[in-house]
Amino acid sequence: MFRSRTSALAPALALALAALSVQGQDTKKEIEKYQKMIADSSPVELYELQGEALWKKKQGPKGASLEACDLGRGPGVVKGAYARLPRYFPDTDRVMDLEARLLHCMTSLQGRTREEATKRVFGDDDNPSEMEYLSAYVAGESRGVAVSPGTRHPKEKASYELGRTLFFYRAGAWDFSCASCHGEEGKRIRMQELPVLSTPAGARAVVATWPAYRVSNSQFKTMQWRINDCYRQMRMPEPNFVSDATIAVNMFLVATGKGEPYRGPGTKR
Amino acid sequence: MHTTLTITLGLAAAAATPLTCAEPSDQQTLGVLQRDFHARGQATMDRVVQDGLQRICTLSGDQPPAEVAKALEADQMRTIVFPSGSLMGEWKRGEAIAQSGRGSMWNDQTGAAAGGSCYNCHQLSPQEQSHGTLAPSLLGFGNKRGNGPQVQQYVYGKIYNAKAYNLCSQMPRLGHAGTLTEQQIKDLVALLLDPASPVNK
Repeated sequence: MFRSRTSALAPALALALAALSVQGQDTKKEIEKYQKMIADSSPVELYELQGEALWKKKQGPKGASLEACDLGRGPGVVKGAYARLPRYFPDTDRVMDLEARLLHCMTSLQGRTREEATKRVFGDDDNPSEMEYLSAYVAGESRGVAVSPGTRHPKEKASYELGRTLFFYRAGAWDFSCASCHGEEGKRIRMQELPVLSTPAGARAVVATWPAYRVSNSQFKTMQWRINDCYRQMRMPEPNFVSDATIAVNMFLVATGKGEPYRGPGTKR
Repeated sequence: MHTTLTITLGLAAAAATPLTCAEPSDQQTLGVLQRDFHARGQATMDRVVQDGLQRICTLSGDQPPAEVAKALEADQMRTIVFPSGSLMGEWKRGEAIAQSGRGSMWNDQTGAAAGGSCYNCHQLSPQEQSHGTLAPSLLGFGNKRGNGPQVQQYVYGKIYNAKAYNLCSQMPRLGHAGTLTEQQIKDLVALLLDPASPVNK
C-alpha cells in the first residue's frame, strides 16, 4: 500500500526535475511549482496511521503500549504535545525533544532496553523505523497548534544558549558551522534553498514542517535525523542520538521559530 | 604561536562581556561536544576541537580585526605546498572533481578519491545548471584573468587553503584538510583556467 503510493510519485518527480534542468531562468518559480506539486501528492498520512498503530501496540517485556506516555501534557495526551517540545521534564530532570521522550517511554513503560530501542532509529526506503512512524503520528496531532517550546525553566534556557553556541561553532575538517550554509539569505546548495535558521523568518517555516517526508529518496525523516545528517555533511563526527547537544540545536531552532502554527509533517525535496 | 595566543585571549575577553549566566563557557561547550559525539569512520573526535583559526572566526562572528586577520592569513599561507612547474592539470578530470560532493565525511571510505564539492556553492561550467549560490560564480573565470603562472599560483593556493586569502571564508581548506591531492587541485586549476574548459567557453 505504501510502496505503490510512493512509486506513483516517481514519474511526476522525474518530470519536475526535467523541467528544472531545462529552464535555467525562472528557476525559483519552477522550484515553487514543484514544491506545491509534491505537497499535493504526499504519503505523509500513511506514516501517521502506521505510527498510531505502533503507539497502541503492546510491546516489550512489560507488554505495554505507549498510550500512557507523557509527552508533556499529561499521560496519554498526544493532541498538541509535539508543538510544545522540546521542554523540561521533571521526571528525567532534562530537556527532551520528541524522540528523546519517545525513547524514554519505550524504556520506562514498555521495559525495553535503550540498546534495543535505538538499534535502528533512522530507517531506509524499504523499511522506515519505528521512531519515524511514531514521530509522524505524534507530530500530526499538533496540526494547527502554535509552536511553543519550553523557555522558562533554567535548563530550557541553558539548552537554548547551548544550541545557539553550537549553531555558530566552526570546527571539523572543513571548518563549517551550521551558519556556514544557513547564515545568508537567498542562497542555495545545488538547487536546494537554504533557510537562515538563526532568524525567526527562516526558522518558522522549518519548525512548522518537520518531521517530513522526502520525495527525493521516498523516506520519512525526523529532526534528529536532519541534525545528524547536517553534521555528516559538515565533516564532523557523529552526534549521539537524542544527546543534549542535538536537543539543544533543535531547541535553538524551535525557539527561534516559535509562534508559527504547526502544519506538518511536511513534504520536502 | 605567542601572538596567536595573545589574540585569542584578547578576543575571548571581549566576547565575555555580554555573557548571560545560561551561556556555556568554552570549556563547557567542548565538554558537551566530547561527550555527545562519537568517532565514526574517518570523522575522528579531534574534529570537534577547534584550531586557532576556527576559534577566532567563531569568537569574532567571522569578522576578526584586520591586523589579526592579516597575521593569521600569513600563517595559513605558510601551510600551502606549491608544486614546482605548471599547475595546470586536465580540465576534464577537474570537472568530475568539481561535481563530486564526496570526501572527508564519516560514510566516505578512507583513502577513496574525494571530490571538491565545488558545484555545491559555485557556478562553473554553463552546462551544469544545478549549482549552488553560496559562493561567487566562476563562469568565465579564466577569460578575465588569463592563465599565466601568477594566476595559476593564486588559484592553486586558494583551493589548497582558502583561509590564506580570506581568514574566515566559508570555503574549506581542501588541500590543507587532506581532502584533495596535489594532482586533483591541478585538475581544478585547469577547469578554471584552461581556454578549452567549458568554464571559459
